[in-house]
Amino acid sequence: MSAATAPARRTAAEPGGGPAGRRGARAAERADGWRRRAPLLPALVFTLAVTQLPFLATVVYSLRSWNLLRPDSQAWVGLANYAAVLTDSQFLGAALNTIAVTASCVVASMLLGIGLALLLDRRFAGRGVVRTLIITPFLILPVATALLWKHIMLEPVFGLVNFVLSPFGAGDVDWASQYPVLSVVVALVWQWTPFMMLLVLAGLQSQGGDVLEAGQVDGASRWQMFVWITLPHLRRYIELGVLLGSIYVVNTFDTIYMLTQGGPGTASSNLPFYIYQRTFLGFDIGQSAAMGVVVVAGTIIVATLALRLIFRTFMSAQEAK
Amino acid sequence: MRTTLRTARTAASMAAAGALLAGCAGAGAVAADGDGVRLVIAIVSNPQMQDAISLESRFREENPGIEVDFVSLPENEARAKITTSVATGGGEFDAVMISNYETRQWAEYGWLENLQPYIDASEGYDDEDFIPSIRDDLSHEGDMYSVPFYGESSFLAYRTDLFEKAGVEMPENPTWDEVAALAEELDGVEPGVSGICMRGLAGWGEMLSPFNSMLNTFGGRWYDEDWNAELDSPEFRRTAEFYVDLVREHGQPGAANSGFGDCLNRYAQGRAAMFYDSTSMVSTIEDEDAGTVAGRNGYAPAPVAESDYGGWLYTWSLGIPATSEHKEEAWRFLEWMTDEDYIRLVADEYGWQRVPPGNRLSTFEVPEYQEAAGAYADTMLDGIERADPADPGLRPVPYEGVGFLAIPEFQDLGTRVSQQLSAAIAGQISVEEALAQSQEYAQSVGDTYKEDGR
Amino acid sequence: MTAHAPERPAAGGSAPTAPAPGRAPRRRRSGAGGAALTVLTWAIGLAFVSPALWLLLTAFKQENQAATDPPTLLFQPTLDRFSAVLGADFLPYLGNSLTATVASTVLVLLLGLPAAYALSVEPVKRTQDVLFFFISTKMLPVVAVVVPIYVAAAELSVLDNVWTLVVLYTAMNLPIAVWMLRSFFLEVPVAIVEAARVEGAGLPRILWSVMLPIMAPGIAATALICMIFSWNEFFFAVNLTASQAATVPVFLTGFITSEGLFVAQLSAAAVMASLPIVVVGWIAQRQLVRGLSMGAVK
Repeated sequence: MSAATAPARRTAAEPGGGPAGRRGARAAERADGWRRRAPLLPALVFTLAVTQLPFLATVVYSLRSWNLLRPDSQAWVGLANYAAVLTDSQFLGAALNTIAVTASCVVASMLLGIGLALLLDRRFAGRGVVRTLIITPFLILPVATALLWKHIMLEPVFGLVNFVLSPFGAGDVDWASQYPVLSVVVALVWQWTPFMMLLVLAGLQSQGGDVLEAGQVDGASRWQMFVWITLPHLRRYIELGVLLGSIYVVNTFDTIYMLTQGGPGTASSNLPFYIYQRTFLGFDIGQSAAMGVVVVAGTIIVATLALRLIFRTFMSAQEAK
Repeated sequence: MRTTLRTARTAASMAAAGALLAGCAGAGAVAADGDGVRLVIAIVSNPQMQDAISLESRFREENPGIEVDFVSLPENEARAKITTSVATGGGEFDAVMISNYETRQWAEYGWLENLQPYIDASEGYDDEDFIPSIRDDLSHEGDMYSVPFYGESSFLAYRTDLFEKAGVEMPENPTWDEVAALAEELDGVEPGVSGICMRGLAGWGEMLSPFNSMLNTFGGRWYDEDWNAELDSPEFRRTAEFYVDLVREHGQPGAANSGFGDCLNRYAQGRAAMFYDSTSMVSTIEDEDAGTVAGRNGYAPAPVAESDYGGWLYTWSLGIPATSEHKEEAWRFLEWMTDEDYIRLVADEYGWQRVPPGNRLSTFEVPEYQEAAGAYADTMLDGIERADPADPGLRPVPYEGVGFLAIPEFQDLGTRVSQQLSAAIAGQISVEEALAQSQEYAQSVGDTYKEDGR
Repeated sequence: MTAHAPERPAAGGSAPTAPAPGRAPRRRRSGAGGAALTVLTWAIGLAFVSPALWLLLTAFKQENQAATDPPTLLFQPTLDRFSAVLGADFLPYLGNSLTATVASTVLVLLLGLPAAYALSVEPVKRTQDVLFFFISTKMLPVVAVVVPIYVAAAELSVLDNVWTLVVLYTAMNLPIAVWMLRSFFLEVPVAIVEAARVEGAGLPRILWSVMLPIMAPGIAATALICMIFSWNEFFFAVNLTASQAATVPVFLTGFITSEGLFVAQLSAAAVMASLPIVVVGWIAQRQLVRGLSMGAVK
């Protein structure tokens, strides 16, 4: 919350003050603090209990040697699991894949989303129908989406994509083995574009028509108006889309699981999938817990930097309010 | 550990209290409604198991008061769920489908109920009828800890019509070199038909089964007697190169992502001239409703190279976790599903070609089965009987198992090595690179056994 | 948002001039250009959604028409695949998904609305840190915590219990919901709240009869997002349920078998599994756009 608005609101809530002395004022302030905190506490305690306690257990596991299939293997091993994880080249590969998949998916679906939103931001016959069609991929089960792309679209022999491309002499591609990361990104982009489109569309529709008319009066070209008026207005919507998209895409599991099984080899494994494999195929609980902790630490560092950056723009925008 | 759990429990129960009070406390875990018993059984969703699910009403007719709920999942999911549940004592399941990989390890840990007392007490249930190699592989200290639903070795199925068209013949006991030559000959004999279909999907239960059977007959091994990894040995490399080259050059499109299911599907639709895989394939490819090639297949024993046996041994079996609260009832179901009568029931309902094959010797003696399965029954039985998990290859090894290594670490190790090989099939890395990386993984596992002095 | 939108372009660099009233609505092209753009939009929209349409089409095919080269476009539609899905005991899965989705969404709103209030209208100290904490829990890969959760659930005997999923889905959606709801609270004019308080209304009153009506579209949008993510959740569902509490995505994976041809069957199952939430999404899409435009950007 911005410094600019908070004090203004707090004054209204403060008690009468007066010469009651510092202690009274402090007690009142404390009471006020608790009154403000009370509505927050259930959600906070709930989130702490359900997310942080298991994570604490994960930290404990990560310090132990524990292969689920060797019940006699349990022992404290200090940081040995971390050493193993940090020298694992596949782990590093999965980390790079995670970044590549997340970045390309978010950027591509945002660009497509902007394009579609611009097309939909005008009145035309059947606009509601087209919008309904376009948001559908976001609503379909991700498991179903992955199966759809694997067995119907990208299948090497009967796949629709190869059929459509065959007139161009490119109809013989085995997408999921030759371009596994691309296949995953395509399925994810298809799924996330509607979400981006909805956000951008919301932004476009909140834009005052008068501004654009003003621009027209000034004789600005359509392109100039888009760059100088619409885009700055959309900026916060785009940032929000990028933020939410990243949070969800970074944790993608079902699409990779169903579409490529992380393969061939580990070519399309991202971190969640790689950790899953080490947990549920390898049953090496100690090492996979250590990976989990490393990933959480890594994301929090990256996210802190990114979020602060985005937050700053949000906060400054709010202060301007 | 203990305290962590307890804290987690307190906090989580506080958090969950609201929701649980809302009415459905324990809806999942509680079994009985009235005086009946509800069994929860986790199985792998292969065709033969789907048939069992369809026929479950027969079991209920014979056993009033026992309800059966199935959790049917593809192999990898099923294995993950079942292993997690049994190893942590999760206790969701009254019976689980496992294999000869898990049974003896888990029996040793006390995770499985000893079934021998139940078997002995069940009149008319003939455990001597199970094929000996399979029975042994499911026994710990002489007692069976799981009972086989079906058993499999591997063999080579081929399309007699396509062989005729191409003017080639399948040798009686083919070698891998001969198979490779045939695959080249037959590749593209009809549009969209590949020379051979073989698994390329990563996963120890996927591509490593055929790969290991090939490795054994090529004279390779994972470890020498002292647990030194041998993935960089000439024999291992020769096998890997042979496998990868064969699949890359004359195998099915999308090989690196095709597992047993995809291969089966592909061959059953007439899109491959040969198919080297589990003998259980017959239930699908000889079924006229499931594919287009029924009745047009010949079968040859698993191809060989240096040794004279190239098959594997695997079985899907049913066990009862030690945590089950309804062991008596669970056994009644196991008894039903693995008895001779069940095989007859499937035959009556769906025909003899669909019965779960390869668990009982008596099946092979039924005249109707001999008639329906004449093309493959002997090859199948021979492949299963001759498999020797204790001595899988040409040279001595410190582990047991034909298609896998019966050590707990193999699930992880096998997955990682198969990922490397699968990447080589996809052409993303060379066989050389795949094996160099794999050798490292294998050696780090071998080292733990050296230390233990096991 | 809309109220102060006109100021922003000034910062953006173009000088605002007096609005010219009475002009034609923005960006309405006339004649051939507009028609061409309409056709183009339709074409792009149809092309974009064509994989989903093909999935729907495949669900009405026989298995041997589902995988052919070239693809089969004309065929006698059949409902066999759908009846096979229903025959496979689809309804209990549907019931579990409904319970998990609806109950977790209600819980999210019950916990999230007061929390969002405490982070906006009458903010606690260190609001930004609290917000960051909430959002940071979304970055925790669920894979990293599933084993402890499994072990705890086994200890509590709540494995294979749909209410376990409700609790987890609530935790999963709460951060995003708090975040979105907070921005909607910030939209409510302070003066209205102050006026209500001067009249002596307590917090529940203010929340219920003053703020909620204004925020309704935003709350609907939040609820819809929560429902979509709960309905579609796969990982916890597949790992923590067995027979009693399994949800629709788990049902769908049960259809992946090695049993011969299965594309048409899988398509029918996929269509039926997705349909409920797709329909809800279609119906509520206006709320979603309105809710997001109302101020999800705060």
